[in-house]
Amino acid sequence: MSEARAIKIAMTALGGQGGGVLASWIVRLGENNGYVAQSTSVPGVAQRTGATVYYVELFPQGPVQEKGKAPVLALMPAPGDVDIVVSAELMEAGRAMMRGFVTSKTTLITSTHRDYAIDEKIKMGDGRQAADSILEAAQKAASRFIAADMAQAAEEAGAVISSVMFGALAGSGALAIDRASFEDVIRASGRAVESNLRGFARGFDIAHSNKLETVAKAADKNIASAPSPHVAPLLDRLHNNFPASVYYWAREGLKRVVDYQDVQYGDAYLDRLAHMLAADTDAGGARKDYKLTQALAKHLALWMSYEDSIRVADLKTRGSRFERFRDDVRADDGQIVDVYEYMHPRVEEVCDVLPNGLARMVLGSNMLKKIMGAVLGEGRRIPTTKVRGFLPLYFLSSLRSMRRTTYRFKVEEKRIEDWLSVCLAASKKNYTFALEIIKLQRLIKGYGDTHERGIGNFNQIIAVLGVVESQMDPVMTLKSLSEAALKDEEGAALRAAIDQLNQAIIVAA
Amino acid sequence: MAERSFAKEVQHLRMGEGDVFHGEGILAVTKALLQSGVSYVGGYQGAPISHLMDVLADAQEILGELNVHFEASASEASAAAMLAASVNYPLRGAVTWKSTVGTNVASDALANVASSGVKGGALVIVGEDYGEGSSIMQERTHAFAMKSQMWLLDPRPNLTSIVDAVETGFQLSEASNTPVMLELRIRACHVYGSFEVKDNKAAEFTLSDAMENPKRDYSRVVLPPSNFAHEVEKIEKRWPAAIEFIKNNKLNEFLGGHKGKAGIIVQGGHYNTLIRALELLGLADAFGETEIPIYCLNVTYPLIDDEVKGFCLDKEAVLMIEEGQPEYIEQAVNTILRNADIQARIIGKSILPRAGEYTGQVLQAGIRQFLEAYAPKPLHGTPQASAMVLSDADQKLIAEIVPPRPAGFCTGCPERPVFSAMKLVQKDVGKFHVSCDIGCHLFSILPPFDIGNTTMGYGLGWSGASAFNAPSKQRTVSIMGDGGFWHNGLTSGVGNAVFNKNDNVLVIVDNGYAAATGGQDILSSRADNKTKSTNNPIAKAVRGMGVDWVREVNTYNVGEMKKVMTDAMTTAITGPKVIIAQSECMLNRQRREKPIRTKAIKDGKRVVRARYGVDPDTCTGDHSCIRISGCPSLTIKDNPDPLRDHPVAWVNNDCVGCGVCGENAHAAILCPSFFRAELVYNPSAWDRFKAGLRGAIIGVMQARIDKRRQKYSFGATP
Repeated sequence: MSEARAIKIAMTALGGQGGGVLASWIVRLGENNGYVAQSTSVPGVAQRTGATVYYVELFPQGPVQEKGKAPVLALMPAPGDVDIVVSAELMEAGRAMMRGFVTSKTTLITSTHRDYAIDEKIKMGDGRQAADSILEAAQKAASRFIAADMAQAAEEAGAVISSVMFGALAGSGALAIDRASFEDVIRASGRAVESNLRGFARGFDIAHSNKLETVAKAADKNIASAPSPHVAPLLDRLHNNFPASVYYWAREGLKRVVDYQDVQYGDAYLDRLAHMLAADTDAGGARKDYKLTQALAKHLALWMSYEDSIRVADLKTRGSRFERFRDDVRADDGQIVDVYEYMHPRVEEVCDVLPNGLARMVLGSNMLKKIMGAVLGEGRRIPTTKVRGFLPLYFLSSLRSMRRTTYRFKVEEKRIEDWLSVCLAASKKNYTFALEIIKLQRLIKGYGDTHERGIGNFNQIIAVLGVVESQMDPVMTLKSLSEAALKDEEGAALRAAIDQLNQAIIVAA
Repeated sequence: MAERSFAKEVQHLRMGEGDVFHGEGILAVTKALLQSGVSYVGGYQGAPISHLMDVLADAQEILGELNVHFEASASEASAAAMLAASVNYPLRGAVTWKSTVGTNVASDALANVASSGVKGGALVIVGEDYGEGSSIMQERTHAFAMKSQMWLLDPRPNLTSIVDAVETGFQLSEASNTPVMLELRIRACHVYGSFEVKDNKAAEFTLSDAMENPKRDYSRVVLPPSNFAHEVEKIEKRWPAAIEFIKNNKLNEFLGGHKGKAGIIVQGGHYNTLIRALELLGLADAFGETEIPIYCLNVTYPLIDDEVKGFCLDKEAVLMIEEGQPEYIEQAVNTILRNADIQARIIGKSILPRAGEYTGQVLQAGIRQFLEAYAPKPLHGTPQASAMVLSDADQKLIAEIVPPRPAGFCTGCPERPVFSAMKLVQKDVGKFHVSCDIGCHLFSILPPFDIGNTTMGYGLGWSGASAFNAPSKQRTVSIMGDGGFWHNGLTSGVGNAVFNKNDNVLVIVDNGYAAATGGQDILSSRADNKTKSTNNPIAKAVRGMGVDWVREVNTYNVGEMKKVMTDAMTTAITGPKVIIAQSECMLNRQRREKPIRTKAIKDGKRVVRARYGVDPDTCTGDHSCIRISGCPSLTIKDNPDPLRDHPVAWVNNDCVGCGVCGENAHAAILCPSFFRAELVYNPSAWDRFKAGLRGAIIGVMQARIDKRRQKYSFGATP
C-alpha cells in the first residue's frame, strides 16, 4: 500500500468573502508545484452571506507517476483529517473547531476580525459572543495558530482579504512551496495584481511575526492636555469631596454633562452624586469601593444628558463630527463630501424644546397637534454640509442656553429625582439591590417610540419593586426583569416575567 | 446576464483529442455532451446545476458551430417535454435541473417520455441537492427513476468517471430505448479536477433533418392501446436490454480486494468518501487499494441481479452504503438474495443513519462498527485520523459561542425593504398570514424579519394561500419572485386567483433576474439579451390575466411601499390585488455598474457615489434599525462612549448606498443617526467653488463651536 497522502486544506468563510478565489489560487499553486489538485465547495444558498467551507486536496505528482493511477480524493473534509484550516473570520475558525477540523496536526490561520452574525446584531443590548474564548481554544487546539486582523490588513493594503490569507499561508510555511511561487499565482490571475501583492506581503509578514496587531485610536484634536480653567473648579470639587474610586466615572460624567449644558449643570450633577455618596457611606460603601456612587456617576450622567433635538443638532454640527464622517466613508483628502441627515421630528420632539407652558398647551390640544404635525410633514433629509442645512441645526443647537426652560427638561428632572429617591431609599435596606436599581437606567435609550418603550419598561419595573423586594433573591429577580425588558420590542418577555411575579405573590397569599 | 460569466472557460470546450481539461465538474459535463454529439440541450437553473445552464448560455457560439440548440426552458416541465424530440428521431438530447424539486415539476413530461420510449439517446442530468448546502426538502431522485422506469447513473465523483457516464448514458439510452438520469451531488457538480478530452462531435442527423422529414409512429403516443403496450415493452424489452448493456460494458465496478467474508456495496457517488474513511481507518491507501471487496454501483437503477448475487455469494455480511431514505437499493438487494436463497446479511440502515448526509465521519463510524462485528480480523490497520486536543467541555463551550450563520439578503438587496415595509404595515393593520415562494425572498423567514408561514414550491406562493379565499377581517399576503412568476406563478397563482375571485394580496418581487439561481435572465429582465426576448413587463401579463388592482412600486421607497401595502390590505375594492415591487438585484447591478463607475472615475469624469453612515454619538445602541433591515453592511461596533455599554450601529465599507437604512429610519421614525454621504469624484470648478464657499461659512460657525468646547475641555484622560 502506498504511503503517499494528500495535503488537506479547509477554508471556512462567509458567503461573499471570496473563499472561492482563495481556493482557486491554492489549486493553481499546487498544480504549478507538482501536485494533483482537487477543490470542492457547496455554493448554493450559502453564497448569500451564510457560513460555508471550501476544500482543497493537494496530492504529490511523484507517487501518481509511479503508480500510473489517479489518487482517490475526498470531496469534503473529515474530522481529524485536515492539515491546514484557513478562516476568514474569527467565529468561522470557531466553527472549524466545532466541526473537528482542527487537531494536533493542524495549522490554523485565522483573521481575528468579527463579522457579527444577525443573531448578535439584533439584540436590544449587547448580543456579541465572547471572541476571547475562541482565541484561547484555538491556541490549545491547533498545532500552530496564526491569528491577526487580516480584514484590517487587507483594507490598509487596498486588497481583498483572500490575498492576506494567501500571504499568511505562504508565511506559515505549512506548504513546502516558496514565496515566489505564491506571488506568481497572484500575478497570473491578472486581476488587481498590485494591490493583492501588497495584501499578500502583509499576510506573509503577519504569519512570520505572528503577533496580534493593535491600532491606536485617533485623538480628538479639541482636547487640550490640561483642563480649562472653567471646568477646573468642578474637578477640584470632585477630588476634594469624593473617594478616588469614583474619579474615573465621575470625571467622564462631568465631561458629558458640561459638554451637554454648562458648568452649572456640572455642579448640579455633583450635588446629586454627593447625596448618593452620603447614603453610600452610611451603607458601608467604604468597604465596597463606593460601588453605588460609581454606578450612579455613570448612569446619572447618561440620564442628565438625555437626547433632545438640541443635543442632536449640537452633535451633528461639530467640526470633529465632520472629520469623523469623512473617515467613516473613506473620503480622500480634499474630496468633496455632501452629507444628508435622515431626520423625522414629530410633534413630541418639537414640544421637547418648547417652553414648558407652550408645550403643554400644544400637547393638550388635538387640533394644535394636528396642525403642527401637518407642518412638520414627513421625514426630511437635512444637508448639513450645505449652509441651508447647517444653519437651522446651528440655531437649534444654540437653544442650549434656554434648555432649562423647556418642557422636556422639566419632565426629565422629575424622572431623575424620582429615580434618585428610590435609589437612596433602597440603599438603606439592600446595597446590591440599590445598585441594580441604578443600573435600570440602561433600559432608557433611543428616540421616539424606542425611548417611550424604554421609559415604559423602566416604569413597569419600578412599579413592582415592592414585589421584587419580597422575593427570596431580589437582586437576581431584578436582574432578570431588566434582561427581560431587553429581550423583545413588543415587551412580551417583560410582561410575562412581571405576570409570573404577581402570580407567585397571589399563590403565596 | 448570469452572476458568473464563463466566457473564458467555455473556450476549453473547443479542446480536442489529446488535451487535458481542467475545470469544474459541471463544465466537464458540458464538454461530455459535445463529445457525445447532442442535438439539443435544455433545462432550468438551480443549485447545483446552475453553472451548467450558465456555461451553455455563454457557449452559444460553440453550440452553434456544432448545430446544438440550447434552450433556457421556462420550467423543468418544459425542459423534460423537450425530450419528446428523441421519441421519433435519432436525436440525442440532454436536459438538466435541480432535483428533486425540478424532477417534481418535470414529472408529467418525464413519465410520458419514459412511457413512449426514445429512439435517440435522452439524458436527464439532475443535480441532487441533498445534505450540506442544500436548500430544499431532503428526498431522493431514485424514486422517480423507479416509478417511471428510467435508468439512474451515479458515477464515481471524479471528472473522468462523470464524463464517461455522460457518454455511456447516451449509449445505454439508445440500447434500451429508455431515458437515462445522471445523478450528480452538490460537491461533484463543483469539484475541480481534470480529464483527457476527445474531439467534439456534430450529430449526423440534425434537428432540421427531422423538421423537414417528419416521421410519425402511432405506437409511441401515450394513449390506449399503446400505453398498455408500453408497460409490457418496459418489462419485456427495455429492461433486459439495459441489463445486457450495463453488464457487457461493465458500468458497475468491482474494486478493492477479493478476500474476506465481508464486503461493501456503495453508490458510485459515495466511493471517494468510502475510500477516505477506509484510509483513515488504516484499511486503504490513497489510491483506493484495499483488501476489502467493494462493489461500486455506477448504475443504481436497475440493479444487475447476477452481479449482486456473484458479489454476495461468498460473503457473510455486506455493508450497503446508500444515502437517503427509503433504502430502495437495500430492499432490492435483499429481495434478490432472498429469491436466490443466498444467506449473506445485508447491513445498511441498521448501522448507518436512516436520514442525513453520509459524510466522511458518518461512514467512518459505520464502517468501523460493521467491520468490528463482521470481519474482526482485517481491522489491523493503523487509524490515520489525528486526535482532537480540545476537551469535551471546550468543544461544548465553542458550540455555545459560535453563532448560527444562515444565508440572508445581500448588502443593498432590493427585497429587504419589501419586508421592512411589511413589518411596519403589520404594526398598523395587525398581523397577517404570509404565504412564501421559492427565491431569495424566502430569506424573509429568517431573522430579523421572521415573516412567512409556508412555501409550497416555485411559483406556488399565491396558490399556497388559496384556501384562505374566505370572508375575513384580515387579508392574506402572498409572495412570489419574478423567477417563480414566469416559472408557473402566472397561471397557478395569478390565473387561479382571478378565476376563483380571490380577494387577497400578492407581492411580486421584480428584480430583473432569476436571482437566487445565479442571476439568469427571464422574460421580464430589463437587459438586452442577444438570444432571448426580454423586457416583457410583469404588469402587462398580470393585467392580461384579468387583475384590475395592480400597483408598481420602487422597493427602495419604504414609505411608498408601506402605503401601497396598507392600501392593498384595507381597500374596500374586492378581487385579487397585485403589488409589483421593482428594483434591480443589487448583486447584478453592482456587477454591471461598478466597472463602469471605476472607469469613469479613472477617466476623470465627474461621478457622485453615495453611501450611508451612522453617527456613533447620537446612536444609543438599541439596534431597532438592524431589526427592521438586517443588511450585512449595517452592523455593530464597540461604543466609543465610555459611559455606554451597548455597541453602536455602524455601516461598514461594503455599503453600496441603496439607502434602505435611511428610508427605514424615516418610515419607522427611528432615530436621527443615519446620514447619506455623497462623495464627489473629479469635481467640476463649480463644485469646488460651492464647496469652498460653504466650507468657509460653516467653518466660521464651527470655529465658534470649537471655542466653546475648548472652554469646557477637561483635558486628556489622566
